[in-house]
Amino acid sequence: MSIELRNISKKFGHFSALKDINLEIAEGELVALLGPSGCGKTTLLRIIAGLERPDSGHVMLNGVDKTSHHVSSRGIGFVFQHYALFRHMTVFDNVAFGLRVKPRRDRPSEAQIKQKVSSLLALVQLEWLGERFPDQLSGGQRQRIALARALAVEPEVLLLDEPFGALDASVRKDLRQWLRDLHQELHVTSIFVTHDQEEAMEVASQVVVLHNGNIEQQGSPADIYDYPRNAFVSKFIGQTNILSWRDLRREWLDEASLPGEQPGDGAVAHIRPHNISVEKAVSDIDTPLTIKDWQHLGAIIRIELRYPQLQAEHGSVIYAEMPTERFRELHLEKGDAVAVHIKHAQWFN
Amino acid sequence: MSLSYIMPGFRGTLAFTVFYLSLVVLIPLSSLVFKSFQLSWGDYWAIITHKRVLAAFKVSFATSFVAALATGFFGFIIAWVMVRYPVPGKRFLDALIDLPFALPTAVAGVVLATIYQPSGVLGQWLFNTFGLKVAYTPLGIVVALVFIGLPFIVRTVEPVLQEFDASMEEAAASLGASRWQIFSRVIFPNIFPALLTGVSLSFARGVGEYGSVIFIAGNLPYVSEIVPLLIVTKLEQYQYAGATAIALTMLVISFVLLLLINLLQRWVRMRSGQI
Repeated sequence: MSIELRNISKKFGHFSALKDINLEIAEGELVALLGPSGCGKTTLLRIIAGLERPDSGHVMLNGVDKTSHHVSSRGIGFVFQHYALFRHMTVFDNVAFGLRVKPRRDRPSEAQIKQKVSSLLALVQLEWLGERFPDQLSGGQRQRIALARALAVEPEVLLLDEPFGALDASVRKDLRQWLRDLHQELHVTSIFVTHDQEEAMEVASQVVVLHNGNIEQQGSPADIYDYPRNAFVSKFIGQTNILSWRDLRREWLDEASLPGEQPGDGAVAHIRPHNISVEKAVSDIDTPLTIKDWQHLGAIIRIELRYPQLQAEHGSVIYAEMPTERFRELHLEKGDAVAVHIKHAQWFN
Repeated sequence: MSLSYIMPGFRGTLAFTVFYLSLVVLIPLSSLVFKSFQLSWGDYWAIITHKRVLAAFKVSFATSFVAALATGFFGFIIAWVMVRYPVPGKRFLDALIDLPFALPTAVAGVVLATIYQPSGVLGQWLFNTFGLKVAYTPLGIVVALVFIGLPFIVRTVEPVLQEFDASMEEAAASLGASRWQIFSRVIFPNIFPALLTGVSLSFARGVGEYGSVIFIAGNLPYVSEIVPLLIVTKLEQYQYAGATAIALTMLVISFVLLLLINLLQRWVRMRSGQI
């Protein structure tokens, strides 16, 4: 099912949670609503679900205006942040709930329900847990049961609120992969909310970045990473060095990284660490940069370069990244003077 | 006990618990048992199977049972309204609910008797419109017990309703459940164990209630005479052994009933995975 939001606004008291949101999501996408806490992403998800009503604007599902439809008749499946499993029911009864509350004429027989629930439990790879109660499951298992329960009614859209938020790191990584595989298999339009940019980049086919109730940018993960539309997106997604026009030395830049036109006084360059290449300085060259420290991140090395006259949020340091092998070849030591070359920069005023 | 190593203080707290329960509950109650040993088995049997005594037992337990169920129903609605809706003057109403706890029960009895007697405000109206007599009948006893039992239900159900996870309701709605289905299949089963606790507490209170009942009951032998009153009557006639025999029987029946309710609660919780 395709989703279209038109001019959605929502206020809580005097606080504007969403300001005139317009968004189109094509059928079969796996979309991440990404933003810092309080940016309105969960509110937006709840409005799509029908759990919250917008103050103005329209929610179109498959081109039909469903703004005033109740959550139970929108054909959506919702997975809650803390799972919201029914504590007094077994896992089996939880998953069967959506089928058993159907009006009599649509309700499948108990045998059909049993078959359907078994196949869903198999899909989430938890067949053997049917007779357990939610309190007896681990966080990751509860999450998957919540998903199976939502899928039981064959929703046309799957909405997930911080699906991995309450899980520990290793379970989270497994579940991300698993969710992506599941989406490939079922191909149901899915939207999930997250504040973790890494998670959004890894799982989603489309990322929507929200900030202060506005959509800052929508696009594929690669697009958003390489061509952030504004300073907020650039800062929020991945690591970035922020340097003003005055801080930058002309010799570090080339055609690709120079600003297109003569920059104003407030112009700043956002430079990803991997776009800064580091060389040992030839002795007679005048360079202000020295190696302060470095960290091994597996296949790459992150180098901290001391730049005394820089006054940035994170101190007088520029970050650069390079493959570990290349770093070994350079034989760099702490305190060595280095020269840099900036391959790519995003300029913002 | 391996428990004592996991949780420090097991021995000390157990000793205190046994000591305290002995002092406050077991010793007084066992003296009741010893006192009744003065009676022969035949005498004891004759006393407790006397028609008037049997009738009083029936009145006491039946009215307490009906009152506990009625209080359970109304108390649940009140707790529901107090938790789920923005009621104006909520604090005031909240204090009102606890009033039966604080009020001397005799005062409650006199007040209820006054308004429910045939010439009283409510009594007159009920008799004229429905032909119902409340005061001086078992129905009067039920009214008094409903009044006394209300806080037990509201105070046990309220916190559980308050803590109920609203996202469970939203989840049920997103799965297509109607409002009634959400209530009957999701909310109520989660509240039921607490409601059962409240009902059993108010039942236990009703069986032992004296002050508020005697004023409205009329205390007609075979009709509206409760067991506690019978015991007091016997004491006033210096029939100590007879009073103890009835008291002991009352004690045993109450204990067995409370035990059964406890088992029922355990079963309910087990069925819903809460143990």
